[in-house]
Amino acid sequence: MSAIQLIHPLLALLLAPLMLGVIVRTKSFFAGRTGPPLLQLYADLFKLLRKGSVYSRTTSWIFRAGPVVGLAAAMAALALTPFGGQRAVVNFPCDLIALAYLLGLMRFFTILAALDTGSAFEGMGASREAQFSALAEPALLLGLAAVARLTGCLSVGELSLSEMLARVTPAAWQHAGAALGLVAAALLVVFLAENARIPVDDPNTHLELTMIHEVMVLDHSGPDFAYILYGAALKMWILGAVLIGVVAPVRTGDAALDLGAALGGMFALAVLVGVIESVMARLRLLRVPQMLVGATVLSGLALVLLLR
Amino acid sequence: MSGWIDVVMVALILTNLVVLGSSRLNTCIRVIALQGVALGTLPLMAGPSVLPLRMIALTAGTMGLKGVVFPWLLLRAMRQAEVRREVEPYVGYIWSVVVGLVSLGVSVWLGARLPLPGPVHPTLAVPVALFMIFVGLFVIISRRTALSQILGYIILENGIYAFAMVILGEVPVLVELGVLLDAFVAVFVMGIAIYHISREFDHVDADQLDTLKG
Repeated sequence: MSAIQLIHPLLALLLAPLMLGVIVRTKSFFAGRTGPPLLQLYADLFKLLRKGSVYSRTTSWIFRAGPVVGLAAAMAALALTPFGGQRAVVNFPCDLIALAYLLGLMRFFTILAALDTGSAFEGMGASREAQFSALAEPALLLGLAAVARLTGCLSVGELSLSEMLARVTPAAWQHAGAALGLVAAALLVVFLAENARIPVDDPNTHLELTMIHEVMVLDHSGPDFAYILYGAALKMWILGAVLIGVVAPVRTGDAALDLGAALGGMFALAVLVGVIESVMARLRLLRVPQMLVGATVLSGLALVLLLR
Repeated sequence: MSGWIDVVMVALILTNLVVLGSSRLNTCIRVIALQGVALGTLPLMAGPSVLPLRMIALTAGTMGLKGVVFPWLLLRAMRQAEVRREVEPYVGYIWSVVVGLVSLGVSVWLGARLPLPGPVHPTLAVPVALFMIFVGLFVIISRRTALSQILGYIILENGIYAFAMVILGEVPVLVELGVLLDAFVAVFVMGIAIYHISREFDHVDADQLDTLKG
């Protein structure tokens, strides 16, 4: 492990909440408002951390464990994420499965904590979250399988996310641009669905019948809620880093320039999400599975293109 | 150039999947028009680098017919017959897309095994052509309204056209014009037939033709 590999986790821990700030400011720009300051989420987190928590008497230890396990899983997943052509801090064969299921663990505990409150309302959100993430997972894994096939990382020893993304180069885009484009589109849909953004979920609404992620965390308060918000920001950063690693493989040879380009890519992605949220309405709940199956189909198509 | 052929091929596959997955006839018609335009660019890429005038004319003819005339005829038929906007499938949209993906896999498998005459050709062409033929057939049998059956027919014809374009490189212009004319007349006649069916029976539900037998 070299010092340069440590830069990414530190950057992510520091800048992940800023991404949400950029999204909100982009949306405000489209709506003609000034919007909250870019660093609003940092202030929110600081405020929440100083508060005390309130626990319902019907909840058990699972409810208290949920936010902590979620944040821990997100941080562990962050250590597995490569960035800007650099290898991840921790990389080992088949770590993409570990990454996918660390995010799965985070989601699982959020769902359990929601069910633990005994509120029918939170149960509804948990059910939706479970359904949509079950559909998003094949899209993610098939897309990563296509990238593995493209970069020739097929033996167990080479099948590591760091190795795969290090081998995605501009040259790969030239000779298999169609397939990589399909993978990128599928990963973008997964990114939007997993982070509960429009068109899958509306992060602004507090209307009961439309929420998914927001409804599951209603009962958390104080530091617990801060952990959840921070964990969600880290998750967005992780999935964004994988997406940017596939879409914008800048390889100048200079590590600082590569990292800078990837950072620029992350914030461009945040602006893109803001634009998507400004120009699109949320999909009807029944249409969301169709969109996710569509993303799976795109990934599968990319795999078929590369397998022939 | 072969990179661009791949992009067109992927566009063809995606348009087919959109047709399988979308619920509105309007969308289907427009997407198939797009498919026709994408198809029209194929001779430009598969052919020699210096194009003879007749190839350009053929390209323009294909694009014009499939991208403008067909959709116009179909949208007019839709308006006149007051067809409902949904495609009314027997098989749900998600399952249709899954069937599409499976048939793509079958076409790739089949395409790798078919012995083909002639020089090298883009490897994706044969699977895509087979895939379009499968999708065309599937749309014909799995949709209820007569209009979607025309759409299936057009996809089928597009598949055969793609096959001919990429495999043979150059079809005699006379043959190609004959095929285009046939397709045009077929769509034209089917459009009129739909109008008459809907005036006679108040619907264009092909399923109900069953009741005609004695």
